[in-house]
Amino acid sequence: MAGSGPGPAAAPVEVDEPTGNEELRPDRPWLVIVWNDPINLMSYVTYVFQKLFGYSKEKASRLMLDVHHKGRAVVSSGPRERAELDVFRLHEHGLWATMEQSS
Amino acid sequence: MARGRFKRDRQGRFRLGLEGPEQQLLAMLPGQALELLESEDPSTARVFPVAYTDDARAEADYQEMMGAQLLQQHQLSLTTLAATAAAATIEESEIHQWLDAVEVLRLVLGTQLDVSEGGLEIDDADPRIDQFTVYHYLSMLQEEIVQALADGLPDGGDE
Repeated sequence: MAGSGPGPAAAPVEVDEPTGNEELRPDRPWLVIVWNDPINLMSYVTYVFQKLFGYSKEKASRLMLDVHHKGRAVVSSGPRERAELDVFRLHEHGLWATMEQSS
Repeated sequence: MARGRFKRDRQGRFRLGLEGPEQQLLAMLPGQALELLESEDPSTARVFPVAYTDDARAEADYQEMMGAQLLQQHQLSLTTLAATAAAATIEESEIHQWLDAVEVLRLVLGTQLDVSEGGLEIDDADPRIDQFTVYHYLSMLQEEIVQALADGLPDGGDE
């Protein structure tokens, strides 16, 4: 993910430790994954997570940093139709999002 | 940033503080992107991401169902940007379209410039210097739009 121009990119603060896979539940098997990409700005990705999912700035920043450092992050999960809608909303915002069924 | 290119007023509109050359650039760029989108130029591939990586049929269905809607939305945003580039104020719905249009322009330019994770450094002699400058300008513009919009976000709880 890219920083922006001169000056610091939106500085995320208070990054919590990853909380694990609490979102993986057998009855909600589709995972929406956002992948790291070199073009989208960190501040933009954080904003999109906040806007689309109603996440706090802290949670959105943490997910963004997961994408940035680990290459990918699960940003939502649910039934297939909902996952596909989330993927579409992320695509509307130019993010590299895919979906897959959790094993 | 200090000049404030995007300032929310009391009516929820956004006052624009762009210089003449910026307005001219933003009026011109969308037309080029629209042509590339319409001709399905390879540089627009990033605008239409893949949803299913391991299921070709599901992916084909997804693109069939969503592709046209995605294209239409971006076309509308680009048209709005070009039409309002020199405006004094824009509506909140329009600043969201600006953000979308700037995102599309960055995706296309970034693809043309082959931006990679290590960033992009080119020197003044590089023939792509103008594209590079525009790319960085759009990045800064996007940061400022995000900043202006993020101020209005409710700070949602963590689920």
